[in-house]
Amino acid sequence: MKRTVPLIIAATTGFVLIVAYFIPYTETWGETAMAWFNIIAAVAFVLGGFNLMKNQLQKISDRRPGWGYAAVTLISFVITLFVGLAKVGVTPSETYPEYPWAGAYDQEGAAFWWVYEYLFLPLSATMFAMLAFYIASAAFRAFRAKNVEAVILLITAFIVLLGRTYAGVWLTSWVDPLAAQFESPFMSQLITGLRLDRLTGTIMNVFNLAGMRAITIGIALGVASTSLKVLLGVDRSYLGSGDD
Amino acid sequence: MFEFFRNLDRRWVFLAMLLAVALPILLGARFPEDPSPMVRSVFEAIDNLPEGSRVLLALDYDPASEGELHPMAAAFTRQCALKNHKMYFMTLWPPGTVMVQKQITMLEREFPDYEYGIDYVNMGFRPGYEGPIKLIVTDLKKAIAADVQGTSLDQIPLTRDLKNIQQMDLIINVSAGYPGAKEWVLYASTPYGIPTVAGTTGVQSPLLMPYIPNQLTGMLGAIKAAAEYEQLLIDEYPQLKENRQAQEALRRMGPQLVAHVFLIVLILIGNAIYFIERRRSR
Repeated sequence: MKRTVPLIIAATTGFVLIVAYFIPYTETWGETAMAWFNIIAAVAFVLGGFNLMKNQLQKISDRRPGWGYAAVTLISFVITLFVGLAKVGVTPSETYPEYPWAGAYDQEGAAFWWVYEYLFLPLSATMFAMLAFYIASAAFRAFRAKNVEAVILLITAFIVLLGRTYAGVWLTSWVDPLAAQFESPFMSQLITGLRLDRLTGTIMNVFNLAGMRAITIGIALGVASTSLKVLLGVDRSYLGSGDD
Repeated sequence: MFEFFRNLDRRWVFLAMLLAVALPILLGARFPEDPSPMVRSVFEAIDNLPEGSRVLLALDYDPASEGELHPMAAAFTRQCALKNHKMYFMTLWPPGTVMVQKQITMLEREFPDYEYGIDYVNMGFRPGYEGPIKLIVTDLKKAIAADVQGTSLDQIPLTRDLKNIQQMDLIINVSAGYPGAKEWVLYASTPYGIPTVAGTTGVQSPLLMPYIPNQLTGMLGAIKAAAEYEQLLIDEYPQLKENRQAQEALRRMGPQLVAHVFLIVLILIGNAIYFIERRRSR
Protein backbone atom coordinates (compact mmCIF):
# COMPACT_ATOMS: atom_id res chain seq x y z
CA MET A 1 0.00 0.00 0.00
CA LYS A 2 2.84 2.36 0.94
CA ARG A 3 4.22 1.96 -2.58
CA THR A 4 1.05 1.39 -4.62
CA VAL A 5 -0.79 4.60 -3.67
CA PRO A 6 2.17 6.94 -4.43
CA LEU A 7 2.70 5.01 -7.67
CA ILE A 8 -0.92 5.57 -8.75
CA ILE A 9 -0.75 9.27 -7.78
CA ALA A 10 2.52 9.77 -9.73
CA ALA A 11 1.28 7.90 -12.81
CA THR A 12 -2.12 9.64 -12.88
CA THR A 13 -0.62 13.12 -12.41
CA GLY A 14 2.07 12.45 -14.99
CA PHE A 15 -0.37 11.24 -17.64
CA VAL A 16 -2.78 14.10 -16.89
CA LEU A 17 0.03 16.59 -17.50
CA ILE A 18 1.00 14.88 -20.77
CA VAL A 19 -2.59 14.74 -22.00
CA ALA A 20 -3.19 18.38 -20.94
CA TYR A 21 -0.36 19.47 -23.21
CA PHE A 22 -1.88 17.87 -26.32
CA ILE A 23 -5.66 18.13 -25.75
CA PRO A 24 -6.96 21.67 -25.07
CA TYR A 25 -10.11 20.29 -23.38
CA THR A 26 -7.97 18.79 -20.60
CA GLU A 27 -5.84 21.91 -20.08
CA THR A 28 -7.63 22.77 -16.82
CA TRP A 29 -6.84 19.28 -15.46
CA GLY A 30 -3.16 20.03 -15.95
CA GLU A 31 -3.57 23.41 -14.23
CA THR A 32 -5.19 21.73 -11.23
CA ALA A 33 -2.40 19.15 -11.03
CA MET A 34 0.20 21.94 -11.14
CA ALA A 35 -1.65 23.94 -8.46
CA TRP A 36 -1.53 20.85 -6.21
CA PHE A 37 2.15 20.43 -6.99
CA ASN A 38 2.87 24.05 -6.03
CA ILE A 39 1.02 23.65 -2.71
CA ILE A 40 2.92 20.43 -1.95
CA ALA A 41 6.20 22.20 -2.85
CA ALA A 42 5.37 24.97 -0.35
CA VAL A 43 4.57 22.39 2.34
CA ALA A 44 7.89 20.69 1.56
CA PHE A 45 9.65 23.79 2.93
CA VAL A 46 7.99 23.19 6.32
CA LEU A 47 8.94 19.50 6.22
CA GLY A 48 12.47 20.49 5.23
CA GLY A 49 12.65 22.80 8.25
CA PHE A 50 11.57 20.03 10.62
CA ASN A 51 13.97 17.59 9.00
CA LEU A 52 16.85 20.04 9.40
CA MET A 53 16.01 20.56 13.07
CA LYS A 54 15.70 16.80 13.70
CA ASN A 55 19.03 15.99 12.06
CA GLN A 56 20.95 18.80 13.73
CA LEU A 57 19.45 18.07 17.17
CA GLN A 58 20.37 14.40 16.78
CA LYS A 59 23.94 15.36 15.86
CA ILE A 60 24.22 17.59 18.94
CA SER A 61 22.69 15.08 21.37
CA ASP A 62 24.95 12.26 20.07
CA ARG A 63 28.00 14.59 20.29
CA ARG A 64 28.98 13.47 16.80
CA PRO A 65 32.13 14.99 15.23
CA GLY A 66 31.35 18.52 14.12
CA TRP A 67 28.35 18.87 16.46
CA GLY A 68 29.40 22.48 17.07
CA TYR A 69 28.61 23.30 13.44
CA ALA A 70 25.22 21.65 13.89
CA ALA A 71 24.60 23.96 16.86
CA VAL A 72 25.52 27.01 14.77
CA THR A 73 23.18 25.81 11.97
CA LEU A 74 20.34 25.26 14.41
CA ILE A 75 20.76 28.60 16.21
CA SER A 76 20.99 30.46 12.87
CA PHE A 77 17.89 28.65 11.58
CA VAL A 78 15.82 29.38 14.69
CA ILE A 79 16.86 33.05 14.86
CA THR A 80 16.17 33.65 11.14
CA LEU A 81 12.82 31.86 11.36
CA PHE A 82 11.81 33.81 14.46
CA VAL A 83 12.76 37.28 13.17
CA GLY A 84 11.03 36.50 9.86
CA LEU A 85 7.80 35.10 11.31
CA ALA A 86 7.55 37.61 14.17
CA LYS A 87 8.48 40.45 11.76
CA VAL A 88 10.91 41.88 14.30
CA GLY A 89 11.64 45.55 13.58
CA VAL A 90 9.04 45.78 10.80
CA THR A 91 7.09 49.02 10.63
CA PRO A 92 3.39 48.87 9.61
CA SER A 93 2.71 49.25 5.90
CA GLU A 94 1.34 52.52 4.51
CA THR A 95 -1.76 50.71 3.23
CA TYR A 96 -2.75 49.24 6.61
CA PRO A 97 -1.13 51.46 9.29
CA GLU A 98 -3.46 50.24 12.04
CA TYR A 99 -2.10 46.68 11.78
CA PRO A 100 1.42 46.46 13.25
CA TRP A 101 2.16 43.21 11.40
CA ALA A 102 1.10 44.50 7.99
CA GLY A 103 4.62 45.47 6.90
CA ALA A 104 6.78 43.20 4.73
CA TYR A 105 8.99 40.75 6.66
CA ASP A 106 12.02 41.72 4.54
CA GLN A 107 11.45 45.46 4.85
CA GLU A 108 14.63 47.56 4.87
CA GLY A 109 15.87 48.01 8.44
CA ALA A 110 13.93 45.00 9.81
CA ALA A 111 15.77 42.23 11.66
CA PHE A 112 15.24 39.71 8.85
CA TRP A 113 16.61 42.21 6.30
CA TRP A 114 19.58 42.80 8.59
CA VAL A 115 20.31 39.04 8.86
CA TYR A 116 20.04 38.70 5.10
CA GLU A 117 22.00 41.82 4.17
CA TYR A 118 24.83 41.53 6.69
CA LEU A 119 25.13 37.77 7.27
CA PHE A 120 23.65 35.62 4.51
CA LEU A 121 24.61 37.86 1.60
CA PRO A 122 28.30 38.43 2.48
CA LEU A 123 28.75 34.79 3.52
CA SER A 124 27.26 33.47 0.26
CA ALA A 125 29.25 35.93 -1.84
CA THR A 126 32.45 35.04 0.06
CA MET A 127 31.97 31.31 -0.51
CA PHE A 128 31.56 31.90 -4.24
CA ALA A 129 34.42 34.40 -4.44
CA MET A 130 36.80 31.87 -2.82
CA LEU A 131 36.55 29.88 -6.06
CA ALA A 132 38.91 32.35 -7.74
CA PHE A 133 41.66 31.46 -5.25
CA TYR A 134 41.18 27.72 -5.59
CA ILE A 135 41.01 27.94 -9.38
CA ALA A 136 44.29 29.88 -9.39
CA SER A 137 45.98 27.31 -7.16
CA ALA A 138 44.57 24.37 -9.14
CA ALA A 139 45.58 25.94 -12.47
CA PHE A 140 49.15 26.32 -11.22
CA ARG A 141 49.41 22.74 -9.93
CA ALA A 142 47.25 20.61 -12.20
CA PHE A 143 46.76 22.19 -15.64
CA ARG A 144 49.59 20.41 -17.49
CA ALA A 145 50.18 19.91 -21.22
CA LYS A 146 50.71 16.18 -20.77
CA ASN A 147 49.20 15.01 -24.08
CA VAL A 148 47.60 16.33 -27.28
CA GLU A 149 44.11 16.62 -25.72
CA ALA A 150 45.51 18.62 -22.80
CA VAL A 151 47.38 20.92 -25.22
CA ILE A 152 44.16 21.57 -27.18
CA LEU A 153 42.34 22.28 -23.91
CA LEU A 154 45.11 24.64 -22.78
CA ILE A 155 45.13 26.61 -26.05
CA THR A 156 41.32 26.87 -25.97
CA ALA A 157 41.45 28.03 -22.35
CA PHE A 158 44.03 30.72 -23.19
CA ILE A 159 41.96 31.99 -26.13
CA VAL A 160 38.75 32.14 -24.07
CA LEU A 161 40.47 33.65 -21.01
CA LEU A 162 41.99 36.43 -23.12
CA GLY A 163 39.02 36.75 -25.45
CA ARG A 164 36.67 37.48 -22.55
CA THR A 165 38.67 40.61 -21.63
CA TYR A 166 40.06 43.68 -23.39
CA ALA A 167 43.48 41.96 -23.40
CA GLY A 168 42.28 39.80 -26.30
CA VAL A 169 41.33 42.82 -28.40
CA TRP A 170 44.56 44.65 -27.53
CA LEU A 171 46.88 41.70 -28.21
CA THR A 172 45.36 41.02 -31.62
CA SER A 173 44.68 44.60 -32.67
CA TRP A 174 46.94 43.99 -35.70
CA VAL A 175 44.45 41.55 -37.20
CA ASP A 176 42.01 44.05 -38.76
CA PRO A 177 44.69 46.20 -40.52
CA LEU A 178 46.28 42.99 -41.82
CA ALA A 179 42.94 41.67 -43.11
CA ALA A 180 42.36 44.96 -44.95
CA GLN A 181 45.46 44.31 -47.07
CA PHE A 182 43.92 41.24 -48.68
CA GLU A 183 41.72 41.69 -51.71
CA SER A 184 40.16 38.24 -51.48
CA PRO A 185 37.03 38.44 -49.24
CA PHE A 186 37.63 34.86 -48.08
CA MET A 187 41.16 35.59 -46.83
CA SER A 188 40.10 38.91 -45.35
CA GLN A 189 37.25 37.25 -43.42
CA LEU A 190 39.49 34.40 -42.31
CA ILE A 191 42.10 36.76 -40.88
CA THR A 192 39.49 39.05 -39.29
CA GLY A 193 38.19 36.02 -37.40
CA LEU A 194 41.59 35.54 -35.77
CA ARG A 195 41.07 38.41 -33.33
CA LEU A 196 40.90 36.72 -29.92
CA ASP A 197 37.45 37.99 -28.96
CA ARG A 198 36.06 36.78 -32.32
CA LEU A 199 37.91 33.49 -31.98
CA THR A 200 36.26 33.07 -28.56
CA GLY A 201 32.90 33.66 -30.23
CA THR A 202 33.71 30.98 -32.82
CA ILE A 203 34.68 28.50 -30.10
CA MET A 204 31.42 29.19 -28.23
CA ASN A 205 29.11 29.39 -31.24
CA VAL A 206 30.52 26.54 -33.32
CA PHE A 207 32.46 23.94 -31.31
CA ASN A 208 30.68 24.39 -27.97
CA LEU A 209 27.27 24.73 -29.62
CA ALA A 210 27.67 21.54 -31.67
CA GLY A 211 28.70 19.57 -28.58
CA MET A 212 25.99 21.05 -26.39
CA ARG A 213 23.26 20.34 -29.00
CA ALA A 214 24.29 16.68 -29.11
CA ILE A 215 24.38 16.44 -25.32
CA THR A 216 21.04 18.25 -24.95
CA ILE A 217 19.29 15.96 -27.45
CA GLY A 218 20.80 12.93 -25.70
CA ILE A 219 19.64 14.16 -22.29
CA ALA A 220 16.13 14.89 -23.63
CA LEU A 221 15.80 11.36 -25.02
CA GLY A 222 17.08 9.93 -21.73
CA VAL A 223 14.62 12.04 -19.72
CA ALA A 224 11.72 10.96 -21.95
CA SER A 225 12.51 7.26 -21.55
CA THR A 226 13.15 7.55 -17.80
CA SER A 227 9.90 9.49 -17.32
CA LEU A 228 7.94 6.84 -19.20
CA LYS A 229 9.50 4.14 -17.01
CA VAL A 230 8.49 6.08 -13.88
CA LEU A 231 4.94 6.73 -15.12
CA LEU A 232 4.40 3.12 -16.15
CA GLY A 233 5.74 1.90 -12.82
CA VAL A 234 8.74 0.10 -14.33
CA ASP A 235 11.19 2.29 -12.41
CA ARG A 236 10.11 2.53 -8.75
CA SER A 237 13.42 3.63 -7.25
CA TYR A 238 12.02 7.08 -6.38
CA LEU A 239 9.67 5.40 -3.87
CA GLY A 240 12.57 4.15 -1.76
CA SER A 241 13.14 0.56 -0.69
CA GLY A 242 10.39 0.19 1.94
CA ASP A 243 8.22 -2.92 1.89
CA ASP A 244 4.45 -2.87 1.43
CA MET B 1 63.99 30.75 -9.03
CA PHE B 2 63.08 27.27 -10.28
CA GLU B 3 63.14 25.88 -6.73
CA PHE B 4 61.06 28.80 -5.48
CA PHE B 5 58.27 28.13 -7.99
CA ARG B 6 58.55 24.35 -7.63
CA ASN B 7 57.90 24.54 -3.89
CA LEU B 8 55.66 27.58 -4.04
CA ASP B 9 53.34 27.74 -1.06
CA ARG B 10 49.81 28.10 -2.34
CA ARG B 11 49.23 30.98 0.07
CA TRP B 12 51.48 33.10 -2.20
CA VAL B 13 49.18 32.24 -5.09
CA PHE B 14 46.18 33.27 -3.00
CA LEU B 15 47.86 36.57 -2.07
CA ALA B 16 48.79 37.29 -5.69
CA MET B 17 45.21 36.55 -6.80
CA LEU B 18 43.90 38.90 -4.11
CA LEU B 19 46.16 41.67 -5.43
CA ALA B 20 45.24 40.86 -9.05
CA VAL B 21 41.58 41.44 -8.20
CA ALA B 22 41.93 44.22 -5.63
CA LEU B 23 44.38 46.55 -7.40
CA PRO B 24 42.31 47.18 -10.55
CA ILE B 25 39.29 47.85 -8.31
CA LEU B 26 41.22 50.31 -6.15
CA LEU B 27 42.83 51.99 -9.17
CA GLY B 28 39.51 52.12 -11.02
CA ALA B 29 40.90 50.44 -14.15
CA ARG B 30 38.40 50.66 -17.05
CA PHE B 31 38.61 49.27 -20.56
CA PRO B 32 36.58 49.96 -23.70
CA GLU B 33 33.89 47.43 -24.61
CA ASP B 34 32.70 46.61 -28.11
CA PRO B 35 29.21 45.02 -27.91
CA SER B 36 28.99 41.67 -29.69
CA PRO B 37 26.13 40.78 -32.11
CA MET B 38 24.59 38.58 -29.38
CA VAL B 39 24.53 41.46 -26.88
CA ARG B 40 23.03 43.72 -29.56
CA SER B 41 20.27 41.19 -30.24
CA VAL B 42 19.28 41.20 -26.56
CA PHE B 43 19.37 45.00 -26.47
CA GLU B 44 17.21 45.28 -29.58
CA ALA B 45 14.71 42.72 -28.26
CA ILE B 46 13.89 45.15 -25.43
CA ASP B 47 14.47 48.42 -27.26
CA ASN B 48 12.38 47.57 -30.32
CA LEU B 49 9.27 46.85 -28.24
CA PRO B 50 6.68 49.63 -28.42
CA GLU B 51 6.59 51.90 -25.37
CA GLY B 52 4.49 50.52 -22.54
CA SER B 53 4.97 46.87 -23.52
CA ARG B 54 4.48 44.19 -20.88
CA VAL B 55 7.76 42.65 -19.74
CA LEU B 56 8.12 39.82 -17.21
CA LEU B 57 11.38 40.04 -15.26
CA ALA B 58 12.16 36.71 -13.62
CA LEU B 59 15.22 37.10 -11.41
CA ASP B 60 16.27 33.57 -10.44
CA TYR B 61 19.54 34.00 -8.61
CA ASP B 62 20.97 34.40 -5.13
CA PRO B 63 23.74 36.40 -3.43
CA ALA B 64 26.41 33.88 -4.51
CA SER B 65 26.02 34.94 -8.14
CA GLU B 66 24.91 38.49 -7.45
CA GLY B 67 28.31 39.88 -8.43
CA GLU B 68 27.91 38.46 -11.93
CA LEU B 69 24.17 38.82 -12.45
CA HIS B 70 23.07 41.94 -10.60
CA PRO B 71 24.58 44.32 -13.21
CA MET B 72 22.59 42.50 -15.94
CA ALA B 73 19.35 42.62 -13.98
CA ALA B 74 19.91 46.32 -13.23
CA ALA B 75 20.68 47.09 -16.89
CA PHE B 76 17.52 45.26 -18.03
CA THR B 77 15.41 47.10 -15.44
CA ARG B 78 16.88 50.49 -16.40
CA GLN B 79 16.31 49.88 -20.09
CA CYS B 80 12.70 48.82 -19.48
CA ALA B 81 12.13 51.94 -17.36
CA LEU B 82 13.71 54.19 -19.99
CA LYS B 83 11.37 52.65 -22.58
CA ASN B 84 8.39 53.04 -20.22
CA HIS B 85 7.67 49.32 -20.32
CA LYS B 86 5.39 47.77 -17.72
CA MET B 87 7.43 45.48 -15.50
CA TYR B 88 6.27 42.33 -13.69
CA PHE B 89 8.92 41.05 -11.28
CA MET B 90 8.97 37.52 -9.87
CA THR B 91 11.44 34.86 -8.77
CA LEU B 92 11.58 31.08 -8.42
CA TRP B 93 14.48 31.24 -5.93
CA PRO B 94 13.78 31.95 -2.23
CA PRO B 95 16.69 34.44 -1.92
CA GLY B 96 15.57 36.02 -5.19
CA THR B 97 13.03 38.20 -3.37
CA VAL B 98 15.86 40.40 -2.14
CA MET B 99 17.33 40.54 -5.65
CA VAL B 100 13.95 41.75 -6.95
CA GLN B 101 13.68 44.25 -4.10
CA LYS B 102 17.06 45.71 -5.09
CA GLN B 103 15.73 46.44 -8.58
CA ILE B 104 12.64 48.05 -7.10
CA THR B 105 14.75 50.20 -4.76
CA MET B 106 16.78 51.26 -7.80
CA LEU B 107 13.58 52.12 -9.70
CA GLU B 108 12.32 54.21 -6.77
CA ARG B 109 15.65 56.07 -6.62
CA GLU B 110 16.36 56.63 -10.31
CA PHE B 111 12.83 56.74 -11.75
CA PRO B 112 10.67 58.45 -9.10
CA ASP B 113 7.82 58.91 -11.60
CA TYR B 114 7.51 55.14 -11.96
CA GLU B 115 4.58 54.09 -9.83
CA TYR B 116 4.09 50.75 -8.09
CA GLY B 117 1.03 48.92 -9.30
CA ILE B 118 0.75 51.07 -12.43
CA ASP B 119 4.19 50.76 -14.01
CA TYR B 120 5.63 47.79 -12.14
CA VAL B 121 4.60 45.08 -9.73
CA ASN B 122 6.48 42.67 -7.49
CA MET B 123 4.85 39.22 -7.55
CA GLY B 124 7.53 37.81 -5.24
CA PHE B 125 8.71 34.22 -4.84
CA ARG B 126 6.76 31.10 -5.73
CA PRO B 127 7.95 27.64 -4.61
CA GLY B 128 7.82 24.55 -6.81
CA TYR B 129 10.79 25.02 -9.13
CA GLU B 130 9.37 25.04 -12.70
CA GLY B 131 5.85 24.31 -11.36
CA PRO B 132 4.75 27.97 -11.17
CA ILE B 133 5.91 28.56 -14.78
CA LYS B 134 3.65 25.76 -16.03
CA LEU B 135 0.73 27.33 -14.20
CA ILE B 136 1.22 31.03 -14.96
CA VAL B 137 1.45 30.41 -18.69
CA THR B 138 -2.23 29.47 -18.65
CA ASP B 139 -3.59 30.98 -15.42
CA LEU B 140 -1.48 33.52 -13.56
CA LYS B 141 -3.76 34.02 -10.58
CA LYS B 142 -4.00 30.31 -9.87
CA ALA B 143 -0.31 30.39 -8.95
CA ILE B 144 0.06 33.97 -7.78
CA ALA B 145 -2.98 35.43 -6.06
CA ALA B 146 -1.32 38.44 -4.46
CA ASP B 147 1.77 40.60 -4.81
CA VAL B 148 4.64 40.54 -2.34
CA GLN B 149 2.79 42.88 0.04
CA GLY B 150 -0.27 40.64 0.08
CA THR B 151 -2.42 42.86 -2.13
CA SER B 152 -4.66 40.83 -4.42
CA LEU B 153 -3.58 40.96 -8.06
CA ASP B 154 -7.20 41.80 -8.91
CA GLN B 155 -6.82 45.08 -7.01
CA ILE B 156 -3.60 46.12 -8.77
CA PRO B 157 -4.21 48.05 -12.02
CA LEU B 158 -1.25 46.40 -13.76
CA THR B 159 -2.40 42.84 -13.09
CA ARG B 160 -6.17 43.29 -12.88
CA ASP B 161 -6.79 42.24 -16.49
CA LEU B 162 -3.81 39.93 -16.81
CA LYS B 163 -4.95 36.36 -17.36
CA ASN B 164 -1.64 34.68 -18.02
CA ILE B 165 1.90 35.41 -19.12
CA GLN B 166 1.06 34.67 -22.74
CA GLN B 167 0.01 38.33 -22.69
CA MET B 168 3.62 39.34 -22.04
CA ASP B 169 5.51 40.93 -24.92
CA LEU B 170 8.83 39.68 -23.57
CA ILE B 171 10.22 37.50 -20.81
CA ILE B 172 13.57 38.54 -19.37
CA ASN B 173 15.16 35.88 -17.21
CA VAL B 174 18.32 36.40 -15.20
CA SER B 175 19.35 33.08 -13.74
CA ALA B 176 22.18 31.26 -12.01
CA GLY B 177 20.99 27.67 -12.41
CA TYR B 178 17.92 25.55 -11.71
CA PRO B 179 15.19 26.67 -12.00
CA GLY B 180 16.20 29.30 -14.50
CA ALA B 181 16.48 30.21 -18.14
CA LYS B 182 16.23 26.62 -19.37
CA GLU B 183 12.94 26.08 -17.54
CA TRP B 184 11.50 29.37 -18.86
CA VAL B 185 12.48 28.28 -22.37
CA LEU B 186 11.02 24.77 -21.98
CA TYR B 187 7.72 25.68 -20.33
CA ALA B 188 6.94 29.25 -21.43
CA SER B 189 8.75 30.56 -24.48
CA THR B 190 8.83 27.38 -26.61
CA PRO B 191 5.27 26.02 -26.18
CA TYR B 192 3.56 29.43 -26.21
CA GLY B 193 5.92 31.40 -28.45
CA ILE B 194 6.66 34.13 -25.91
CA PRO B 195 9.82 36.03 -26.91
CA THR B 196 12.48 35.47 -24.26
CA VAL B 197 15.95 36.82 -23.52
CA ALA B 198 18.25 35.65 -20.75
CA GLY B 199 21.17 36.74 -18.65
CA THR B 200 23.22 33.95 -17.14
CA THR B 201 26.47 33.12 -15.39
CA GLY B 202 29.53 32.17 -17.44
CA VAL B 203 29.21 28.56 -16.31
CA GLN B 204 25.59 28.28 -17.40
CA SER B 205 25.77 30.09 -20.73
CA PRO B 206 27.25 27.21 -22.82
CA LEU B 207 24.29 25.04 -21.75
CA LEU B 208 21.84 27.57 -23.15
CA MET B 209 23.54 28.20 -26.49
CA PRO B 210 21.50 25.49 -28.31
CA TYR B 211 18.29 27.47 -27.66
CA ILE B 212 19.52 30.56 -29.55
CA PRO B 213 18.07 32.16 -31.69
CA ASN B 214 14.74 30.34 -32.06
CA GLN B 215 13.70 29.67 -28.48
CA LEU B 216 15.85 32.36 -26.87
CA THR B 217 16.15 35.62 -28.81
CA GLY B 218 19.51 36.28 -27.19
CA MET B 219 21.56 35.81 -24.07
CA LEU B 220 24.04 37.73 -21.96
CA GLY B 221 26.68 35.31 -20.72
CA ALA B 222 28.78 36.37 -17.72
CA ILE B 223 30.08 39.76 -16.65
CA LYS B 224 31.78 40.46 -20.00
CA ALA B 225 28.41 40.47 -21.79
CA ALA B 226 26.95 42.57 -18.96
CA ALA B 227 29.73 45.13 -19.46
CA GLU B 228 29.10 45.23 -23.22
CA TYR B 229 25.39 45.68 -22.49
CA GLU B 230 26.05 48.57 -20.12
CA GLN B 231 28.26 50.20 -22.76
CA LEU B 232 25.49 49.82 -25.35
CA LEU B 233 22.96 51.26 -22.90
CA ILE B 234 25.22 54.27 -22.20
CA ASP B 235 25.76 54.80 -25.95
CA GLU B 236 22.00 54.80 -26.60
CA TYR B 237 20.96 56.63 -23.43
CA PRO B 238 23.73 59.17 -22.65
CA GLN B 239 21.95 60.28 -19.46
CA LEU B 240 23.37 57.11 -17.86
CA LYS B 241 26.95 58.26 -18.44
CA GLU B 242 27.11 60.04 -15.07
CA ASN B 243 25.35 57.21 -13.23
CA ARG B 244 28.06 55.11 -11.54
CA GLN B 245 25.51 52.45 -10.57
CA ALA B 246 24.85 51.86 -14.28
CA GLN B 247 28.51 50.96 -14.86
CA GLU B 248 29.07 48.19 -12.33
CA ALA B 249 29.89 45.51 -14.91
CA LEU B 250 32.22 47.87 -16.78
CA ARG B 251 34.15 48.43 -13.54
CA ARG B 252 34.37 44.67 -12.95
CA MET B 253 36.10 44.07 -16.27
CA GLY B 254 39.35 45.52 -14.82
CA PRO B 255 39.75 42.82 -12.15
CA GLN B 256 38.60 40.20 -14.66
CA LEU B 257 41.33 41.16 -17.13
CA VAL B 258 44.13 41.09 -14.57
CA ALA B 259 42.86 37.87 -12.96
CA HIS B 260 42.63 36.11 -16.34
CA VAL B 261 46.14 37.20 -17.34
CA PHE B 262 47.40 36.09 -13.92
CA LEU B 263 45.78 32.67 -14.42
CA ILE B 264 47.52 32.30 -17.79
CA VAL B 265 50.86 33.26 -16.25
CA LEU B 266 50.33 30.68 -13.48
CA ILE B 267 49.50 27.95 -15.99
CA LEU B 268 52.58 28.83 -18.06
CA ILE B 269 54.86 28.76 -14.99
CA GLY B 270 53.32 25.47 -13.84
CA ASN B 271 53.93 23.93 -17.27
CA ALA B 272 57.50 25.29 -17.45
CA ILE B 273 58.25 23.57 -14.12
CA TYR B 274 56.62 20.38 -15.40
CA PHE B 275 58.71 20.28 -18.60
CA ILE B 276 61.98 21.15 -16.83
CA GLU B 277 61.38 18.39 -14.27
CA ARG B 278 60.53 15.90 -17.00
CA ARG B 279 63.73 16.73 -18.94
CA ARG B 280 65.82 16.42 -15.80
CA SER B 281 64.29 13.07 -14.88
CA ARG B 282 65.35 11.68 -18.28
